[in-house]
Amino acid sequence: MDDRTSIKAPETTAQSPMGMAVPPEGHSVKLSPLNWRRWENFKANRRGYWSLWIFMFLFVLTLFAEFIANDKPFMVKYDGKFYFPPLFTYTQGTFGIDDELKDTAADYRDSLMQKLVAEKDGYLVWPPIRYSYNTHNYDLPTPAPSKPTWLLTEQECKQVVERKGLKSCRDLEYNWLGTDDQGFDVAARLIYGFRVSVLFGLTLTIISSFIGVAAGAVQGYFGGWTDLLFQRFIEIWTAVPALYLLLIISSVLVPSFFVLLGILLLFSWVALVGLVRAEFLRGRNFEYIMAARALGVSNAKIMFRHLLPNAMVATMTFLPFILSSSVMTLTALDFLGFGLPPGSASLGELLKQGKANIQAPWLGMAGFFTVALMLSLLIFIGEAVRDAFDPRKAFR
Amino acid sequence: MSAADAMQPKLLEVKDLSVGFRQGGRELLAVDRISFDIAKGETLALVGESGSGKSVTALSVMKLLPYPAAYHPSGSICFKGKELLHLPEREIRKVRGNDITIVFQEPMTSLNPLHTIEKQLREIILLHQGLDGRQALDRIVELLTQVGIPEAQTRLGSYPHQLSGGQRQRVMIAMALANEPDLLIADEPTTALDVTVQAQILKLLKDIQSRLNMAMLFITHDLGIVRKLADRVCVMKDGKIVEPGPVERVFTAPEHPYTRALLAAEPKPDPAPLRPDAPIVVETKDLKVWFPIKRGVMRKVVGHIKAVDGVSIAVRQGETLGIVGESGSGKTTLGLAILRLISSQGTIVFLGKPIAGLKFRDMLPIRHDMQIVFQDPYGSLSPRMSVSDIIEEGLWVHHPKMPPKEREQRVIRALTDVGLDPATRFRYPHEFSGGQRQRIALARAVVLEPTFVVLDEPTSALDMLIQAQMVDLLRDLQKRRNLTYLFISHDLRVVAALASRLVVMRHGKVVEEGPAVELFAAPKSDYTRALFAAAFNLETAPEGVVAQ
Repeated sequence: MDDRTSIKAPETTAQSPMGMAVPPEGHSVKLSPLNWRRWENFKANRRGYWSLWIFMFLFVLTLFAEFIANDKPFMVKYDGKFYFPPLFTYTQGTFGIDDELKDTAADYRDSLMQKLVAEKDGYLVWPPIRYSYNTHNYDLPTPAPSKPTWLLTEQECKQVVERKGLKSCRDLEYNWLGTDDQGFDVAARLIYGFRVSVLFGLTLTIISSFIGVAAGAVQGYFGGWTDLLFQRFIEIWTAVPALYLLLIISSVLVPSFFVLLGILLLFSWVALVGLVRAEFLRGRNFEYIMAARALGVSNAKIMFRHLLPNAMVATMTFLPFILSSSVMTLTALDFLGFGLPPGSASLGELLKQGKANIQAPWLGMAGFFTVALMLSLLIFIGEAVRDAFDPRKAFR
Repeated sequence: MSAADAMQPKLLEVKDLSVGFRQGGRELLAVDRISFDIAKGETLALVGESGSGKSVTALSVMKLLPYPAAYHPSGSICFKGKELLHLPEREIRKVRGNDITIVFQEPMTSLNPLHTIEKQLREIILLHQGLDGRQALDRIVELLTQVGIPEAQTRLGSYPHQLSGGQRQRVMIAMALANEPDLLIADEPTTALDVTVQAQILKLLKDIQSRLNMAMLFITHDLGIVRKLADRVCVMKDGKIVEPGPVERVFTAPEHPYTRALLAAEPKPDPAPLRPDAPIVVETKDLKVWFPIKRGVMRKVVGHIKAVDGVSIAVRQGETLGIVGESGSGKTTLGLAILRLISSQGTIVFLGKPIAGLKFRDMLPIRHDMQIVFQDPYGSLSPRMSVSDIIEEGLWVHHPKMPPKEREQRVIRALTDVGLDPATRFRYPHEFSGGQRQRIALARAVVLEPTFVVLDEPTSALDMLIQAQMVDLLRDLQKRRNLTYLFISHDLRVVAALASRLVVMRHGKVVEEGPAVELFAAPKSDYTRALFAAAFNLETAPEGVVAQ
C-alpha cells in the first residue's frame, strides 16, 4: 500500500498530456474535482465567462419586467394606506373615482386618477419606464411609429406639450426607443420580448432535451431491434417538413405560448437523440456497466446512475446551442407572422415592423441589436461550455 | 556478449537528463537527473513500474515528448557525438526514423488502419533512402521476410486489421528496421501480446540485433525479459535510476533495496488445496457461446464464431480453477457465460440449481452468491461514484431494507478485508492507484459475501510488486471467507501461484485439464507445453503449435 503517495501522472502524460484530472487543492468540497476543473476551464475563457454573467444579469432583470416597465406604479399611497398594483388588481372605485367606471380596473396613467391620489396626501411610485408592452401611448406627438422622445424637436411635440400644460419636450413621458406602429413603447416591448424569448427557449430546450435524452438512452442501451425501429422512425419523422406542418396547425389552432411550444417540441426533441444514443452505445460496454449487471442492478438504475452522467457531458455541451436555436425559431415564426398572438411582446414581431417601416429605423435597429446581443451571448457561453467539457483541452 | 567493453566508443550517452511537465500551473518532475549509455550492438534495459519515467526517458531520446508542456531542466543526450537536446526540429527528423527508430507497445494503434502495409513501409523507405518503384518493392519484401512474415509477397496488400497482433508488431519492427538504424528503442513491445507471441517477437528482436549489430534500448516492466535479452540493466523508480549494472550482477547480487524487492516480487506458489469431496459450486455441461455471422440482405446466418464450444467444467467449494490460454481462446467469454452475463447454450448448474435458462429477474436472488472482478481497474469502477457508493451498490440491490448503519459496517469490513483504509471510502476512484482500484473492485465483490467469484485477469494490468501483493490478498480472502474462485489469466506464473486445478483452452475448446501440480509438471499436449515454455522460459514453440 506504499504506492498511494507515488505520482502516477508522468507516464500517462507522455501520451496524452492533458488527459489527467488535476487533484483539487484547497477549495470547497461540494464540487467534484472533475466539475471543479471544468468550472476553472470555463472561467479561463474570459469571453464566455463574462457573457454568462451579462446574460444572467439581463435574464434576471427581465424576469422582473413588471417592475421595470409597467403602466402601473410599484406602490400607491392613498388615504394613508398602501396599495401594490403589480401584485393585486384594484378598481377605480378604490381610489375615489365614483362614476359608471368605478368597478373597472384602475388606470393609473389617467391624470384624473393621479390628481385624486395627490389630493388624499398620497403618491405613486413609478417604475423607470411607465409603459407596459401593451400600453398605448395616446399622447404621441407624431403619428405612430413615433421617434424616441429625445430625438423630437420642440416643434414636433409642441401640440402635446401645450395640451398637457408642460414646458418642453423634455417633460414628456419618455419613449426611450420610440414607439412602434401600434403606439407601444419599444423599450418595454424589448424587455418583455427578451423575457418571453428566453423563457420559451429554456422551456423548449429543457423539455426537448429531456425527451431526447430519454429516447437516446433507451435506444443506445437496448440496441438491437429497439434501436433499429426507433432510428427508422426518427428518420421518417425528421423528413416531415416541419415548417409547413406548423403553418397548417397554426391556421387551425390559435397560436399561443403553449401551443407553439407543443408544435415545436414535436420536432425539436430529435436533436439530442443521436448524440445520447452514441454515448450509451459506447458506455454500455464499459466494464463497470458489466460489473453493475453482475451485481444484479436493474437496467433502469444502470442507465440512470452509471450511463446518464457520461451522456450528460455531451448533452450539456449542446444545451446552449439548442437554446439559441430555440430562441431563433420563435423569433423566425414571429417574424413570419405565425408566432405568438398579435399584441404579445415579441422580438420577431418587432423585426417585422422594422421591415415594414423603413422610415422608422429605431424599430429595426432595436430589434436587431437585441436579437444579435442575445444570440451572441448564448453562442459565446456555448463555446466556453464546450471547451470546458473537452477533456483534451489544455489547462493553462 | 561482453558488456564491459569499455574501449568501444559509446553510441548514445545520456547525462544528467531531467524531464519536467507543466500541467495546470503545477510542475511535475517525471525524470530526475539520470545518466546511462549504450554501445554499438549492446542491449540496455530500462526496467521499472508504471510511472517510474522509463517511457518518458525513451521518448525524450527521440524528442517525441509534447513540448513545450514537457521540458528538460538539465542534461544532455549525445548520439554519435552529436547533441540531440538542442538540435532544431528539422535536424532531429533526420535522426528520427533513420538512425534511431522506435517500436511502441500497442501494435493496433501504431499502424495507420487505412493504409496497406506496403504503403506504410514504402513511405519510410522513400523518405529516408529515396528508393522508389521496383527497388522499394524488393526492399519491402526483404524486410518483411526478415521479420518472419511468411509469404511476404502475398501480404503486401494487407491492411493492419487483417493481421494478428504478433504480425502487426512484426510489421512495426520491419518499419523500424527499414533504414537499418543504429539504435532501436523498444517501448514495451510485447506487453500487449500473448505469451507465446511475446516469445517469438523477443527471439526475432534478438536475432535481428545480432545480425545488424545494432544497439537496443529496451523498456519493460518484466524482469524475465530483461534477464533473457539485455546485457545491462538500469532499474528505475520515481524518475531516478536506482541501480545500473550488468544483468548478471544485478540479478544475482542486487544492491538497492528496491531491486531486491522487485526480484522477490514473484508471486509465491501456494495454491488452494484440491477438495475432491467438497460440494460442486458450479458445473457446466457442453456450454456453448456461438456468435452468429450474418451475411446478405436477409441477414442469413452463414456460420458461427465459436467463442466457447462445448465446455464442461466443474468447480468445487474452496478450490481455485485456473483457466489459461492465448487471447481469443474464449476464457473471458466462458466466465461471463457462467455468470449469465451473456447468453449461451448448454447446462449451467450453480449450487445445485440449473440456471441456464433463468430470466434476469429470476437470476437476481442468486447474483449475490456469484461475483466477478475484471481485468482493468481503470474501466471497472464508475468514475463518478465515490468508493463507498460503488461498494454499497450491490447491497442496495440485494438488501434494500438493510439499516444504513449495518450497510456502512459491511462496507468498512469489506475495505478492511482487502487491505484498504476505510477512511478513504468517500474518495473517488481516480484518487487511487491501479492496485488500490483493483482492491476496491474486489471489495465490491466480497461485500455481498459471495460463494463464487470469477477473477478475470485481475492482476494483468498491475505492476510486478502490486501483482504479488494482490495474489497474496486473493489467497488470504479465499481462506478467510471460504471462497471458490474461477481464475482466468494468461499469466501462468500467477495461475501457478493460485490454481488448484487447471483448464487449458484453445479456440473455445478445452485442450487439457487436471490438477494444476500435475499439469505443470507434465503437460500432455503440444499446445500446453508451448504455452508453458513461452511463459516460464520465454522460449518459442515450433511453427503451427501456437498462434503466430
